[in-house]
Amino acid sequence: MKSTRHEKKMRCGEQTRSLLSKVVGIAVLLAGFLLAARLCAGAAVNPSQVPSIFKPESTPADSIFHLSLLVLSITGLIFVIVFGLIAYSVVKYRRRAGDDGREPPQVYGSNQVELAWTVIPVLIVLVLFLATARVIQSVQDAPQPPGAIEVIAIGHQFWWEFRYPSLGVVTANELHVPVSDPSHPTPTFITLLSADTDHSFWIPRLAGKTDLIPNRVNHIWIEPHDTGLYLGQCAQYCGTQHAKMLLRVYVNSQEQFDQWVQEEKKPAAIDSAAEEGRRIFETTACMNCHAVSGTAANGRFGPDLTHLMSRDTIASGAAPNTREYLESWIQDPDSIKPGSLMPAMKLNDRDLNAVTAYLLTLR
Amino acid sequence: MASETIALNEFGDRGRSISERLHDWVITVDHKRLGILYILFSLVFLVIGGIEATIMRIQLIVPHNHFVSPQVFNRMFTMHGTTMIFFVAMPILFGFGTYLIPLMIGARDMAFPRLNALSFWLTAFGGLLLYFSFIGGNGLYGAGNAPDVGWFAYAPLTSRAFSPGHSTDFWTLALLVSGIGSMGTAVNFIATILCMRCPGMTLGKMPLLAWMNLVVGGMVILVVSPLTAAQIMLLLDRYLGGHFFDTQAGGSAVLWMHFFWIFGHPEVYVLIIPCFAFASEIIPVFSRKPIFGYPVMVAATIAIGFVSMSVWAHHMFTVGMSSYGNTFFTITTMIVGIPTGIKIFNWIGTMWGGKIQFKAPMLFCIAFLFQFLIAGLTGIMLSAAPFNWQLSASYFVVAHFHYVIVGGILFTIFGAFYYWFPKMSGRMYNETLAKWHFWLFVIGFHLTFDFMHIPGILGMPRRIYTYEPGRGWEIWNLIVTVGVFFQIAAVLVFVVNLLLSLWKGEPAGNDPWDAWTLEWSTTSPPPDYNFAAIPVVGSRRPLWDLKHPEDPDWKYE
Amino acid sequence: MSSSAIARSSIESEWTLPSRGRVGMFTLIAAESAIFTIFVVAYIFYIGKSVSGPMPKGVLELPIFITVCLLSSSLTIHLAVRALRSAKVGAFGLWWFVTMTLGAIFLAGTGREWHRFIFEDGLTISTNLFGTTYYSLVGLHAFHVTVGLMAIALVLILTLLGKVKPEHSERLDVFSMYWHFVDVVWVVVFTVVYVIGR
Repeated sequence: MKSTRHEKKMRCGEQTRSLLSKVVGIAVLLAGFLLAARLCAGAAVNPSQVPSIFKPESTPADSIFHLSLLVLSITGLIFVIVFGLIAYSVVKYRRRAGDDGREPPQVYGSNQVELAWTVIPVLIVLVLFLATARVIQSVQDAPQPPGAIEVIAIGHQFWWEFRYPSLGVVTANELHVPVSDPSHPTPTFITLLSADTDHSFWIPRLAGKTDLIPNRVNHIWIEPHDTGLYLGQCAQYCGTQHAKMLLRVYVNSQEQFDQWVQEEKKPAAIDSAAEEGRRIFETTACMNCHAVSGTAANGRFGPDLTHLMSRDTIASGAAPNTREYLESWIQDPDSIKPGSLMPAMKLNDRDLNAVTAYLLTLR
Repeated sequence: MASETIALNEFGDRGRSISERLHDWVITVDHKRLGILYILFSLVFLVIGGIEATIMRIQLIVPHNHFVSPQVFNRMFTMHGTTMIFFVAMPILFGFGTYLIPLMIGARDMAFPRLNALSFWLTAFGGLLLYFSFIGGNGLYGAGNAPDVGWFAYAPLTSRAFSPGHSTDFWTLALLVSGIGSMGTAVNFIATILCMRCPGMTLGKMPLLAWMNLVVGGMVILVVSPLTAAQIMLLLDRYLGGHFFDTQAGGSAVLWMHFFWIFGHPEVYVLIIPCFAFASEIIPVFSRKPIFGYPVMVAATIAIGFVSMSVWAHHMFTVGMSSYGNTFFTITTMIVGIPTGIKIFNWIGTMWGGKIQFKAPMLFCIAFLFQFLIAGLTGIMLSAAPFNWQLSASYFVVAHFHYVIVGGILFTIFGAFYYWFPKMSGRMYNETLAKWHFWLFVIGFHLTFDFMHIPGILGMPRRIYTYEPGRGWEIWNLIVTVGVFFQIAAVLVFVVNLLLSLWKGEPAGNDPWDAWTLEWSTTSPPPDYNFAAIPVVGSRRPLWDLKHPEDPDWKYE
Repeated sequence: MSSSAIARSSIESEWTLPSRGRVGMFTLIAAESAIFTIFVVAYIFYIGKSVSGPMPKGVLELPIFITVCLLSSSLTIHLAVRALRSAKVGAFGLWWFVTMTLGAIFLAGTGREWHRFIFEDGLTISTNLFGTTYYSLVGLHAFHVTVGLMAIALVLILTLLGKVKPEHSERLDVFSMYWHFVDVVWVVVFTVVYVIGR
């Protein structure tokens, strides 16, 4: 603290120069690094597959997006002002070279200033709160119109069960809903239940998330404006394979949706060529957990397999639905989803082939 | 006054063997030694928690990585969170408080020195218990398992059905034990501050650090207890067949969430308020002005203490509370931002018109101001329930709370380290190394936690050991991981600086910063009895009054 | 400088702060109140939610006698401390002994009630939500009574050994705050469990 005027002058000038050089250095480093990272990051990204909350395609997600714009504007403004004040005071009131060492005026406070910077935040909070309260109500307390599709979603460790009670459809992991036409709205209202522990249903482009909690009934609704595939996944840690409890929501046109429902309602296709596989399926442990409608298999612990081949993925999105992956999954689920609750079936090659062939007929 | 004190510190007592000196440290009830023990303990766990974070970030650097298994990853995030909150942040802040409070209020020790020692050893034992789980636990997959249920351990994942074995029990018992230690510390803080201030130091004249630790003490008393209660209930469920959180028998998973967050939210204020105290001591000294608006700072802290106990369910916006519930917690959360923001303005007001010196403690506090501002603003974003329905349980939240904890809390802790290291050790640290530490850490912190907000906005949930390619998350995860290595380098520089300075730093003298509170009136390090004579004070800055008898503070307060 | 010395000594002589023991005990009571509050909240939350098993109405009987005993022990402990403050060590010992007896009667009564629940009504902590919340809340309180009784017994032994003096009355007054707290908690538990919850 005690040093000659010359040393102080040198130090302060030095400090400013070194500060500047550091800032420039960091900026250059950052820019170079970001460029390198972009080049290395590889995989091309299909923008429609990016589940961004800022690309809403459904009414609740839209409401949230609009609210977020207001929130971001207000917080952005606050940031610019306060950041500016901090930066200004740090630069303007730094000790200069040639400082005489006297203490600056000792100011203890100011009631007017305190009042001002209390009242203004209160007003900001009021505005934000009122805007927010409106959206809470409009999303949570939205009435269910007569044309709504009703789905019951049951969360399991580590897959999703979907039931359409009034349509007689039971499926898993991939949800099909019709696109909603504003003149005749057909939103989908989903009741959320859990068979075991906590989960959360999150498709960012369609709605905010809502949890699935055992012994509790929750609700969520979506009203998609555009057809397409929307991605999401479980958003509440539910155990080892929480990361691969993925969600795919297919928003179909009304005709496509009706067609899908018609197919899903049918019992399982019977293919005599797959008789051997079906026999193995029904005599080993498979039918304890899985159901295939129209057959003796009526297990509820695992996904319904009646129309397995109508799905694009297996293991709740963890692998594509192809012959190889099906075989790997049946033989050893841990190779795809280590820690999933399906046991390795330990079938010999012949049985494995037969069962896979059988599953491949379940369109 | 200072010249009268005779230094009888550990550097002076030659002739004691290593084992005798170790024994002194183990049986000590001296608040200064216990404070240092807390701080050293926390530094060790900081490194361990950092290793756990590094493991996670390496696993997440690319999608579908195989660096660790999902089981190991899930244990990593559980242990990382639990360690950092309970065995790094809380102990280090309690350590600074334990060291500084008696010195700053002119007392010779805490109100209950033996309770002080018990509190430290309970906390230490809790940490050991938690880490013993790696070798002693018996989780879902066989022997040797740390808990993997997340640091807030939601029910029913923690029930016997979903977490067989003992890993969850290690989590529960470690926190129960260290929670009792925390409560002991809180009792000590409150009793010391209320009952042992030196003559003349009315509540309105004590340093802000004392006020803030008083509020923290009160909060710990009221909020660690709900966690203790919830953990007793969990143990009853797991071992005596209780049904508190047993959803099969009508129990409620949401009840655990309420109980946990009634603890969990005020807990983060328990962590940040001592850091506000550090900033409120450091910024004035390095701006050469008193703190702007002392009474408002006190009132704002008390307001934060109270209001923070009414906001907890903003961690539960997605569990399906009614719109009334969600609206209530939105408004309370927004309200708690107001006194917090006022404090930022007061710190700016302190710097305004001053003569700022950019020594390491001040650098860290300036960075804290910028970063805490951003953290508070992302908090406001999260307080709007509908926005929260998108952002919660995503990497946006992870970025937000790390911004507070690392950008706010850890930065001020580093500032406090550099500020009080001369007092505690008698030696000055190396300013160049400190600046390297600062800049490396700033770069690493911003690389990691600025860019971490983006995957959250793009739909990436938290607590996932891997993620799908093609969702636009890859590059951000890569950048986030790179930042970790800068932070590791920074912490290495910090540790080297600490050790080098302890070994051959310049002698610091009583008052290297030309500061104004009572701890600077005694030697560095202080003697066992702190002060030769108990001081009598007339204002908030007793040493300013001594150094400026023509213009003392008590004329203006 | 001499005027500041005078000012200094007058500040020093007039400087009084609250007693550490009392403040410490207040904070302990605050912490314990928070723990009890959570158990009471859980109890109230689960009223009527048991899926099966014995219900409160079917098994709970108002424990009037033991309640009177416990609440009277607050009076007797107060009389004991007052006697000690007036240097009446003998009277102190007597009232202290009565306090301990009343507390022990309370515990015995609770034990009897639990015996009846377990062996006649089939109600244990794992039976249903009522069992879980009842045993945990009443049990937590009984645990606090037990700890208090152990402290009281210790002091009784020290009294019989002649070690308790009138200057200890302040410390015992601080301890009695804990005992009063235990009684207040019982009033709350009694109301919630035996009045509201039935």
